[in-house]
Amino acid sequence: MYGREMFAEAVKEAFERCPNLDPKRGVEALFVGHMGESFEHQGHTGPTMLDWAGLLPIPATRVESACASSGVALRCGIFAVLSGMHDVVMVGGVEKMTHRATSDVTEFLAMASDFPFEQWQGMTFPGLYALIATAHMHRYGTTEEQMAMVAVKNHRHGALNPKAHMQKEVTLEQVMSSRVIAWPLKLFDCSLITDGASCLILTKPELAGKFTDTPVHIIGSGQASDAIGLYEREEFTTLKAAKLAAREAYRMAKVESRDVDVAEVHDCFTIAEILAYEDLGFCKPGEGGGLVEKGATTIEGNLPVNTSGGLKSKGHPVGATGTAQAYEIYLQLTEQAERRQVKDAEIGLTHNVGGSGATAAVHIYRRE
Amino acid sequence: MAVKCRSCATLFIPPKNVCPRCFSTELEWTKLEEKGRLLTYTVIHVPPKQFQPEAPYAVGIIKLEEGLHLLGMIRGIKPEEIKVGINLIVDFDTDMPSQWPMWPQYFFRPP
Repeated sequence: MYGREMFAEAVKEAFERCPNLDPKRGVEALFVGHMGESFEHQGHTGPTMLDWAGLLPIPATRVESACASSGVALRCGIFAVLSGMHDVVMVGGVEKMTHRATSDVTEFLAMASDFPFEQWQGMTFPGLYALIATAHMHRYGTTEEQMAMVAVKNHRHGALNPKAHMQKEVTLEQVMSSRVIAWPLKLFDCSLITDGASCLILTKPELAGKFTDTPVHIIGSGQASDAIGLYEREEFTTLKAAKLAAREAYRMAKVESRDVDVAEVHDCFTIAEILAYEDLGFCKPGEGGGLVEKGATTIEGNLPVNTSGGLKSKGHPVGATGTAQAYEIYLQLTEQAERRQVKDAEIGLTHNVGGSGATAAVHIYRRE
Repeated sequence: MAVKCRSCATLFIPPKNVCPRCFSTELEWTKLEEKGRLLTYTVIHVPPKQFQPEAPYAVGIIKLEEGLHLLGMIRGIKPEEIKVGINLIVDFDTDMPSQWPMWPQYFFRPP
């Protein structure tokens, strides 16, 4: 299935969930996240997706921020509605990756890092996150087993998600004995190369009730940037852009990290979920490994993280990931997450990271 | 080599054409000591296509004596002997790469 066909399916489901919204006249603009035209040799993604989704001729804009493309597209949609320019917009994302050889995918994804001082030195994305993992292990004593526990947890969650790419549980032994990709990261520490599309319909709070009985309120949005090169940063054990984006989102939402009931975080590699716990304030710096080891972030835990299976098990179609995270939070806050439903979840959070952390977008949601 | 801003004396890698601190374009090349300490590293087993013949290979980030960070391959030491904190020096390949960006390729090795 081509990227545009997957996107058309996602749009169809979104309209089915908003029965009172006229698909032909109701939506006024599209912002679509898409990272790589190399995958399908197809650029100019905005109108391509719009055309296949049957939404011509409204304005369509592609947003590219590497793996945070649709998290940032979501923010663009928020700007469009809050500015008063539009009443109803669609935001989403798409990526078609699995038809390419792994070495090609590795090369295309690496384009989101610094060319001369990273790609040209033989660096890969697993390699960049491996540098982060080594630094975290050295500074805080985080272990390979703790990273493996993130994979085990997220696969257990993903096995309950009918839309997950790999609906299969894995054992700690399987993760630990999987082949090395970039030491200390092994195959099962890495998220999946996945095809996927996702979308959301955004509108003003006063109009939402007209279109659906189950709206979710976006109450906070934050985005920040950092140096494109990981090596340029002062610290490798935290993603500063994610910390800043979270601070902005919490401030706007008037909530604190302890108020979050369910979160989807950017576990492109297992170490990235451990960093996310720390950067989002779910625990202190250095305690992320311990948090997963205690089981605090399972569906039954105090703070369920990546109930969808995360990028690790649900999959990581890079451009589609940000709004796919928002979709899972929508399901959780409207009690539609079926076997992976978190009890009484009121506040949700998404954390979407581009590259090795040069872009981060954090959003906070509240149920009606 | 690093770039030094003549107006605020900031030293930076990668070389930028406008000083990121004071926006001056009065910049000059400065030779560095080429010595550093390893901050973090990895061993790449699954490389992009053009690096396949070299895999597995180690890549790390060093902190140069001047305080700047640099990422590069680590050669001349077995991957299992590499440790965070070891001293490394910057060395250069003699051949100029034939592909863009056509910069002399550097790497790190034990002194």
